[in-house]
Amino acid sequence: AAAMPVNADLRRERAAATFQPELLTHILDGGPERTRRRKEIEALVLNDPDFQHEDLNFLSRSQRYEQAIRKSSLMVMKLREYGIADPEEIYWFKSFVHRGRPEPLDLHLGMFLPTLLTQATPEQQDRFFMPAWNLEIIGTYAQTEMGHGTHLRGLETTATYDPSTQEFILNSPTVTSIKWWPGGLGKTSNHAIVLAQLYTQGQCKGLHAFIVPIRQLGTHEPLPGITVGDIGPKFGYDEMDNGYLKMDNFRIPRENMLMKYAQVEPDGTYVKPLSDKLTYGTMVFIRSLIVGDSARSLSRACTIAIRYSAVRHQSELKPGEPEPQILDYQTQQYKLFPLLAAAYAFHFVGAYIKDTYRRISGDINEGDLSELPELHALTAGLKAFTSWTANAGIEECRMACGGHGYSRCSGIPDIYVTFTPSCTYEGENTVMMLQTARFLVKSYTQVSSGQQVTGMVSYLNDLPRQRIQPQHVAARAVTVRINDPTSLVEAYKSRAARLVESAAKNLQAELNHRKSKEDAWNRTSVDLVRASEAHCHYVIVKLFTAKLSEVSDAAVRAVLTDLCLLYALFGISRNAGDFLQAGILTSAQITQVNQHVKELLAVIRPNAVALVDSFDFHDVHLGSVLGRYDGNVYENMFEWAKKSPLNKTQVHESFHKHLKPMQAKL
Amino acid sequence: SVNPDLASERQTASFSVEKLTVLLDGGVEQTQRRRAVVEAIESDPVFSRENQYFQTQNERYEAAVRKAVHLQKKMHEMGWTENGPEYKYIYRALSGDVAFLLHRVFMRSISVLGSDKQIAKWIPLATQHKLIGSYAQTELGHGTYLQGLETTAVFDTATQEFILNTPKISAMKWWPGDMGRSATHTVVFAQLYVHGKCYGIHPFIVQIRSLQDHSLCPGITAGDIGPKMNFEHIDNGYLLLKNVRVPRENMLSKFCEVRPDGTYVRQGSQKINYFTMTTVRISLISDEVLTPLMKACTIAIRYSAVRRQSKLKPGEQEAKILDYQTQQEKLLPQLAAAYAFHFINDYLQELLNRGYREVHRKNFDMLPELHALSSGFKAVVTQRCTAAVEICLRACGGHGYSLLSGLPSLYTKILASCIYEGENTILLLQTARFLIKCFMAASAGQPVPPSVTYLAAVKPGKCPARNKLDFLSPDIYTEAYQHVAVRLISSTAAKLQDLIQSGVKKHDAWNQCTVQLVQAAKAHCHYITVKNFAETVEKLETKAGIQKIMKHLCDLFALHGIFSNTGAFLHDGYTSAAQMDMVTASYLDLLAVIRKDAVPLVDAFDFTDKNLNSALGSYDGQVYQRLYEWAQRSPTNQMSPAYERYLKPLLHNTLSKL
Repeated sequence: AAAMPVNADLRRERAAATFQPELLTHILDGGPERTRRRKEIEALVLNDPDFQHEDLNFLSRSQRYEQAIRKSSLMVMKLREYGIADPEEIYWFKSFVHRGRPEPLDLHLGMFLPTLLTQATPEQQDRFFMPAWNLEIIGTYAQTEMGHGTHLRGLETTATYDPSTQEFILNSPTVTSIKWWPGGLGKTSNHAIVLAQLYTQGQCKGLHAFIVPIRQLGTHEPLPGITVGDIGPKFGYDEMDNGYLKMDNFRIPRENMLMKYAQVEPDGTYVKPLSDKLTYGTMVFIRSLIVGDSARSLSRACTIAIRYSAVRHQSELKPGEPEPQILDYQTQQYKLFPLLAAAYAFHFVGAYIKDTYRRISGDINEGDLSELPELHALTAGLKAFTSWTANAGIEECRMACGGHGYSRCSGIPDIYVTFTPSCTYEGENTVMMLQTARFLVKSYTQVSSGQQVTGMVSYLNDLPRQRIQPQHVAARAVTVRINDPTSLVEAYKSRAARLVESAAKNLQAELNHRKSKEDAWNRTSVDLVRASEAHCHYVIVKLFTAKLSEVSDAAVRAVLTDLCLLYALFGISRNAGDFLQAGILTSAQITQVNQHVKELLAVIRPNAVALVDSFDFHDVHLGSVLGRYDGNVYENMFEWAKKSPLNKTQVHESFHKHLKPMQAKL
Repeated sequence: SVNPDLASERQTASFSVEKLTVLLDGGVEQTQRRRAVVEAIESDPVFSRENQYFQTQNERYEAAVRKAVHLQKKMHEMGWTENGPEYKYIYRALSGDVAFLLHRVFMRSISVLGSDKQIAKWIPLATQHKLIGSYAQTELGHGTYLQGLETTAVFDTATQEFILNTPKISAMKWWPGDMGRSATHTVVFAQLYVHGKCYGIHPFIVQIRSLQDHSLCPGITAGDIGPKMNFEHIDNGYLLLKNVRVPRENMLSKFCEVRPDGTYVRQGSQKINYFTMTTVRISLISDEVLTPLMKACTIAIRYSAVRRQSKLKPGEQEAKILDYQTQQEKLLPQLAAAYAFHFINDYLQELLNRGYREVHRKNFDMLPELHALSSGFKAVVTQRCTAAVEICLRACGGHGYSLLSGLPSLYTKILASCIYEGENTILLLQTARFLIKCFMAASAGQPVPPSVTYLAAVKPGKCPARNKLDFLSPDIYTEAYQHVAVRLISSTAAKLQDLIQSGVKKHDAWNQCTVQLVQAAKAHCHYITVKNFAETVEKLETKAGIQKIMKHLCDLFALHGIFSNTGAFLHDGYTSAAQMDMVTASYLDLLAVIRKDAVPLVDAFDFTDKNLNSALGSYDGQVYQRLYEWAQRSPTNQMSPAYERYLKPLLHNTLSKL
């Protein structure tokens, strides 16, 4: 299509920005060189005719799966052709090819191959790695079952060792034990790494991983003893053949158990692994990816909603004047700008976890694991906090686009359905929050017994000094300065300390009344989740504030400072009760906070479009008619709708089949 | 057989489930009638929804048309009529999964806006389905703000016709249901021009498709607007008009008429128009909002009683996830909300009926209050219930994400209610305008409508609760809600006045206060809901345990509202920090109490398995078996061309050559 001029409203918005969006893009990417490289890879994909296809919104699920498989095979070949090997660059390439959607080889590339590398013996790597690398073997990672997800110990699949044949016999003993959900399992994979309870010499040795062939090489038919298929339609993930797997006395050779750590000897003797700390590392890594994904998904939704709000005109603000951009309404700003601020905050948090993980995993190789427990506890909570916020935020963005947001052409429904499972997978969010809480309570207990704690929880060290004061009486002079991010970090710190203390005390009270630790924990869990949330909120405000001093360009720093303040103040406004109840802020101050939030909305307003431009999503990647860079929304909605499957024929066949006969009869 | 985990939940119910069902239906007779309708619909295979999760947009549409046509036959057979008492149960039994819903709106708009002559001409045609109607109001560029619509209808005195046009792309009609493929006629809303003068928005009946071969009429471009989050069964459409001429008689002219010479005449009161909008907003609460929420609660709570995960006590069996406090805290407030809004719906219906009677007597005094309440409650109830369904969805973990759980489609359907019939933020601002006006009147000692008399009796003070049990007293929490509503309304009114007095223009001042105004309107509706719930409980019969369990739910609803918005109640010190701890304690205690009756409380909604259409929520709780069997019937488990075309070459190794 011939390029249309950029919509005049958007041109005006961009001209009025007080900073250069490219500079902010560089910060988000991690430097101008990274931005250049990202765009280079983006161009490789977008200019490649092999990766072009019909709008996926108009395809059936089977067709979408087919497209995805087609692109995935090409992708693997081209990655090698271009010699792209850096994990982040592979991630970009994949995400441009699949436009941010999942694809059937995700588990093969992201779990099967890496698991072989980390958990297979050299002999096993010889057997499996090259065939898998060359995609003769396509594998998935089959952990979740119908009856069990986050609670791994409850998995029921069994692998019983038979020394007479030196084989493991795999079984799905109950309906609930059927493997359910693994990506790529339904139709694509011919192998799976199956997690099962290992039984040898009559004893259960817990969960272990086994390489299980599931389909015949050559015909791709399921092997005897294997029942495998697709789990059916889902909210999203149409491209992915999430599958089920039922095993019925299925035998695999002893050598198919991944034995780099634990082993079963030919006679059935079980050899224990040395340490299981290492698996922590992978979990931390994957959860850090989800934090980054929260930031990106929310950024995409904000880009669409804010650009559209700059193009859409509606109603009147001043009598007699033309209809204003809906972005000029305070209520619209109040919906969108705090989310924009959160998207930036989460970008910086994601980058922080990734850097910390890199630094610590350097230490892991040198044997220093001391920081791992805290990082593990922190990422659990941050994964939950950011994915919950982004999940709700994406929906708010969609709602802010009114009726058109509901059409698939807006792209937001897809962002939502693709993102929302991250509240569940890799650890259900409430369970994650409780993991963080466990660490917080432990740290609190240490402080109470006179020890010092370090890292992000070190604020707990101050609590005993304040304990002379009874709870809820203003513990310190109210000195919060609402224009100063550093001062707001202190306010968040006090809130976290108060809520951790209160949850820990309630837990103790329950323990004093009841017998079981689990029961007491359960009866305090709502408080514990609140404490974790407050802790995560503090960490995010702290990291965002810390980021400001690293920004050298004054104009960019100014606009990021506005966003940081908005993020912190909006959070206070929304959780005013916590700050009031703990005496950190007075009612008068809360009123000031509310007022200041509204002032900040007006301050950020002129930069709103430039701030989403800085995320630098290509239109193809954004996949939204409402969020197009050029703002030519209505013309393109019409063009898009004409391609709808219902419009394939001028008169729909239902007319001849149903309508006409009815009219004839009546 | 029923899963023992569900059977045991039912044995310990503290109240009679059947009695509660009857209460919800409004009487034994209604319950019987509803069940009879459900039975008749569900025993007919044409109405089955079992395969709907597997169908494409085209298949869904075709099925909906088929059902709509079949329904005509069925209604005839059963002796049901469009205006009969069965109709709402038919809609519920079909889960709205049927075409031609806009046909009714078409007919209603003619009945309300048309002259007697127009009614006599069109209604019989529509009743006999000689034509299929739609209702074309929304455009690409304009939704809730009707004055902004851009379609034009220019009167041509020479031919006695209106010439309808879509002057620019943003003026294209967009979204109207049944218009993309089905409708032959539609009511088009357009700016009326006579002799070069614009008279504002008026409705015109326009034929868009041939009654013979269904092809588009000259000058008409129409089609489907493409895939949406839900409503795949409805062909929401677009419509482009190019010099389409309709006779003068096609302008609906009960209130306004263009005479042959072009004279424009107004007649009667237009206020009745507002009344129609009010009626629609209130009626959607029960059909489009409460039913999906009740279904979502049923699915999530039954599943949570069947799903076992992790251990609460060492050595014991894994615990039901419903026994986790965090799971209770997710689900039980949504259940309480379903009941709270059921009773507010009764309250609004009653008000509406009174409104009808008054309007009939040409008394329009009730309309402002009705309009404000219907706007505010439409916004508050749709928003709160949409959020609630999403919570239910996510509370079911991974399996909730499967379409077979039924939850994704409930969610994507209910959330549309936040947008249609008035965008929620705009509606709340309408309510706020009414509240500010009433507050000013009350302050000046003038009389105000009944629902806002509390604004006149502002009494500063402190919450008198002394221990956590005091917070189970409706007087205590209702007054707390009232206090917050009054504070937010009065402080916003004061702020507005300050701004205006300091020289800010009225509309600017209004826009600067809109965030607060929205909060004030919500607080008002929240207060009315709590008050109404408490008053309803008071009047319930004490037999069969109904009043007691409803009292618990009322307490939970009220305390959850305080717990999740503590700032509003702590502000200005009405509630103290220590009292807030009491609220939390009482609230958490209640979760454990209501937990025991959770399954019976959703059983009372009385949805059949077919109606729920959920692998997770069925009455017998055989969740996993059902999920497994259903998934195997997915079309993706038929042989796919993807293997031959792409997978085979991939596996057979074109890659190793690289």
